[in-house]
Amino acid sequence: MLKNNRQTLTIFWSILATTFLCLIINLPVNFTLFGRTFYRPSFSFNLGSSQFKPNLDLRYGLDLAGGASLLFEIDTSKTSIENLPDALESLKANIERRVNLFGVSEATVQLSSQGENHRLTVDLPGVTDINEAIKLIGQTAQLNFKGIIDLPPEATATATLKDVLVDTGLNGSHLLKAMPQPNPNTGAIEVSLEFNAEGAKLFEKATTDYLNKRLAILLDEEIITAPQVGVIIPDGKAVINGNFDIKSAKFLSAQLNAGALSLPIKLIQQSQVGASLGQDSINKGIRAGLIGLALVSFFMIGNYGFLGLIADFGLIIYGLITLTLYRLIPVTLTFPGIVGFILSVGMAVDSNILIFERMKEELRAGKSWNNSLEISFGRAWNSIKDANTCTIITALILFNPFNWSFLNSSGMVRGFAVTLLLGIVLGIFTGVFVTRNLLRVLARKKL
Amino acid sequence: MNIMKFRPLFLIISSLLILASIFSIIFWGFRLSVDFSGGSSWQVSLPSKPSSETLKSIFSKNDLELLTISTNQEKYILKFSHISSEQKEVLSSEFKKLDPSFSELQFETLGATLGKELLKKTIWAIILSSLSLLIFIGSRFKDLSFGASAVIAMLHDALILIGSFSILGHFFGAEIDALFVTAILTTLSSSVHDTIVTFDRIRELKSLSFRLDWVELANKAVSEVIVRSINNSMTIIFMLVSLVVLGGSSTRWFAIALLIGVICGTYSSVGVAIPLMLLTKRKKNDKK
Repeated sequence: MLKNNRQTLTIFWSILATTFLCLIINLPVNFTLFGRTFYRPSFSFNLGSSQFKPNLDLRYGLDLAGGASLLFEIDTSKTSIENLPDALESLKANIERRVNLFGVSEATVQLSSQGENHRLTVDLPGVTDINEAIKLIGQTAQLNFKGIIDLPPEATATATLKDVLVDTGLNGSHLLKAMPQPNPNTGAIEVSLEFNAEGAKLFEKATTDYLNKRLAILLDEEIITAPQVGVIIPDGKAVINGNFDIKSAKFLSAQLNAGALSLPIKLIQQSQVGASLGQDSINKGIRAGLIGLALVSFFMIGNYGFLGLIADFGLIIYGLITLTLYRLIPVTLTFPGIVGFILSVGMAVDSNILIFERMKEELRAGKSWNNSLEISFGRAWNSIKDANTCTIITALILFNPFNWSFLNSSGMVRGFAVTLLLGIVLGIFTGVFVTRNLLRVLARKKL
Repeated sequence: MNIMKFRPLFLIISSLLILASIFSIIFWGFRLSVDFSGGSSWQVSLPSKPSSETLKSIFSKNDLELLTISTNQEKYILKFSHISSEQKEVLSSEFKKLDPSFSELQFETLGATLGKELLKKTIWAIILSSLSLLIFIGSRFKDLSFGASAVIAMLHDALILIGSFSILGHFFGAEIDALFVTAILTTLSSSVHDTIVTFDRIRELKSLSFRLDWVELANKAVSEVIVRSINNSMTIIFMLVSLVVLGGSSTRWFAIALLIGVICGTYSSVGVAIPLMLLTKRKKNDKK
């Protein structure tokens, strides 16, 4: 026993130091105490020439921070199998560009495939105008230039729009850039287009072919404008003038710049949470957690006295380390995630209860206090290990780490699984390792 | 403590619970949330507190049927079929006309196929966790009667949890959603968790005392671990009850489901798993 004293003490102080560090990391960014304002250290440090500045904020999921989540189905029927992976990747990149145009920070775009079904999830934290987001993301924005031909008079009665439009081969893929600008003469807002070399050639040919005829500019197969071609344009510059105001001209330019989607998509699920509801959920969750924690602490002290008090210390350390990990990993907190955390607090004391009950038995059998302590921790370990393995197995199935398509991968379920999983692993650590060493040091006077 | 003499009582309790569950599942079925059934769920705040008829007329004007309305003061939860974002925009502007201080709290809409897909994934998750827990218990105890009784007790808990949500759905409007499924899986593991601790003790005692028969062993083991089982469940129950009472409404039913699961799990390790295990052991003795 004595030989281990130094080692035990080292562990004891390391535990206290870790706890203190975690406590500081979990402080609010600034707070006032006794009339003085304190600031949380930023923990930035330099290694060689590169600077590290960890982001220590807790990340909240859509259900807590508010925002919108959209699920699109991707229509892959018109793409060959060998082109599919590239098409999917370029679709994702394209959607990401569009989302960025919308100015959402920390938006995520995810592809998921299940057999023949390909889906795209777009999470937009903080977005309240879901309809505008859907429009910007979902619209295909296919730009086409088509010539309008004159039909013989006998055909006009039965002709449809398609019959008079002839493809010029010029489309959105030839576009270098689109931007809104006022017309120098009229002041009306227009969208100016600039084509690449190939596009410029095609445009020159089109303006030659349809000189003094009409050239239709189509967006998503809909004619926006069909101006008369007055001159041959060789430099690859054109303007679209419709009835634009500055907002719609900007919107159209943004869409054209982002390019056409490589695959058509269809919205199949949308969900939206207002920010006020999220804040309400956080407050209620914290209150419920604290009161539950207080009840558990009293229960442990009431049942196990001094041992219970140490277990409660273990629980506080557990809480601090867990929160620190949430910040460092980082774990995105959802409301089911908070439930997982609260549940895991209840489970974390299980190891202590197992050990303390065992200790009572050993003491009754007449063993010394210190002997009982060591024996109980040793014997209870088997049960703790097996019992927690079950919960870990289940949490892993819920978390679905390999993204198996036949299992759920929704954010709600995963949010719960990840906090539960972390909670169990840490609970074993604090319940066994931390409390054991705290007891070894703090209970030495009972030797 | 001779707790195993209550075995007939346990049999009656479990049979009653299971019968009630099966009865409710067959006759009342479930209330599926939009997660599974497809459709829309819209939570809005309307401080002017319009009547249900007013809201229904707005929906019928747009060729939509408002299926259910639940209100809590100025908060309304409306359920209706799957709609497009254009339809949603129309509804929002109608609501704005009705009540200028109208605000949206939560909105979700999805098609029916997506719901069916989630249901399929859920069933897979339950099968996969049952199998992996069965394999784990089997390898852990190297004794089929231990493993099988633990798994039956686990399924017993899952059935009662599912049944109780059928009953709660019928009387109080509890819905089956993706989180409920999470609660089922958590129940499976916490049920096995408790059973393993008890079985571990039986095996430990078995190796120490050869004279005791299986029933005596079980009694001794249960009386040694029951305080731990109850205390552990109590701490989890404290946390969950405070969530049910104080937590937000969005996860209230989730917490209730976990609560039912934990209580069932604690009961079933003593009331179901051990009696089942004893059943097989007695037969073995008879053969000798």
